[in-house]
Amino acid sequence: MNWLRTHWKACQLALMRLAAAPLNTLLSVVGIGIALALPGAGQQLLAHVAALSQNAAATPQLTVFLNVDAERKTTQAIETRLKGLPEAGKTQLIAREDTLARMKKAEGLADVIAALPKNPFPDAIVVTPADDAPVTIESLATTVRQWREVEHVQVDADWARRLSALIRLAKTGVLLLATLLGIGLVTITFNTIRLQVLTRQTEVEVSRLLGATDAFIRRPFLWYGALLGLLGGCAGWLIVAGATLWLRLPVAELAQLYGFELMLALPSATDSALLLGAATLLGWLGAALSMRQHLR
Amino acid sequence: MIKFNRIAKRYPPDITALADISAEISAGELVTVIGHSGAGKSTLLKLIPAIERPTAGTVLMNGQNVGALGRSALPFLRRNIGLVFQDQKLLFDRSALANVLLPLEITGFPHKEARRRAEAALDKVGLLARARALPIALSGGEQQRLAIARAVVHRPSLLLADEPTAYLDADTAQNVAGIFLEFHRVGVTVMVATYDDRLFPGARRLRLDHGRLT
Repeated sequence: MNWLRTHWKACQLALMRLAAAPLNTLLSVVGIGIALALPGAGQQLLAHVAALSQNAAATPQLTVFLNVDAERKTTQAIETRLKGLPEAGKTQLIAREDTLARMKKAEGLADVIAALPKNPFPDAIVVTPADDAPVTIESLATTVRQWREVEHVQVDADWARRLSALIRLAKTGVLLLATLLGIGLVTITFNTIRLQVLTRQTEVEVSRLLGATDAFIRRPFLWYGALLGLLGGCAGWLIVAGATLWLRLPVAELAQLYGFELMLALPSATDSALLLGAATLLGWLGAALSMRQHLR
Repeated sequence: MIKFNRIAKRYPPDITALADISAEISAGELVTVIGHSGAGKSTLLKLIPAIERPTAGTVLMNGQNVGALGRSALPFLRRNIGLVFQDQKLLFDRSALANVLLPLEITGFPHKEARRRAEAALDKVGLLARARALPIALSGGEQQRLAIARAVVHRPSLLLADEPTAYLDADTAQNVAGIFLEFHRVGVTVMVATYDDRLFPGARRLRLDHGRLT
């Protein structure tokens, strides 16, 4: 109970000190907020792109294109043969006539297609592998490519895998950025607390003479650092949320042009808690390091 | 209660503040330390709460060698001592009441009880009506009385004061000295460094001259 009371008292004192210098507090909070918003926004963007790539990669498929001249009987035979392979799951035949009809409906292509002397599209069979392990898909593609009647095999999951690799790289970049800016936040708090201690030198000295322990002296400064970090975290969250809302519509429109549905969402509860928690912890750490140096 | 045993205090390069001081102060005693400026009065007082450490010899308080106490033990020694400084060392951004509350907050007193005690201490020195005032709004004599209230609020067994009447006019100095005498009368050990010990009648006198007891 006494422990709780002393912390509550230190927290109140820290809040009063933050309120006593509103401009300094505001500048520090904005600085920390911007530093946190950069990796926060990066993480947010990556989470959306990763979700897209996972959705795409969740149903890897192979499209087997036959020779243009292949007869329907041959196509059906190939489909039957495909079904017999243990790596293949479901198959779906897309007849060349259906492809032609679909392309005729496509905007801007109707005239071009109509001008062609004959149907240029081959029959195609879309194969969903029995499992989505890359080895299975590669093995299936290699087998089918060797068949004489097959002109081309396209592994539809390839681009998703490349995107996943890019996302992994970007995640490392965001982590690196977060680490660097985290160190920046600790440095900002360290310096702010150092200045606080310097301006409160008399208070520290008098408290010591009156019998204050190091913990008693340190406590309000630690709260100050943690609260500054928390406020900075809130500012960072607001920046990320504001940017998300601002960019939501343009990003959705852009994604639609590429055939995706991408609607930016506000940071999840977990991500928000992580951002605020990390900011508070880093603020506290900066204060702790500063006090450690001062009280040594 | 306090025993100075062949104390010496030197500052680099070659300044002797105190030399070969031996003295004992019993519990409940009123002692004045007198001497000219630079005689070593403040240094002698600072050795008791270990604000300064002796270069040689030992200072014992209730049998404990305070010079040998580690950093973590010092706060607990100081909580048994009331300190009044020549420059008062008040916190000018806090009210008179908040200044007096500080020693009780340090020792973790419950707020209600601490407030009751702080108000009682302010009442004792005649400052209860100025409890909400900032120290800057108080006169020199009031500031000194506020410093005394802060020094005694946690009911220490020993009260140390360094030139508490130095910058006060005669009447105010008399008034401030009277407060120390009152605390002595209720059993508190009082040790005062002063230039004018006529303000403390009945006190045992320790006279210092160039760092030596005479």
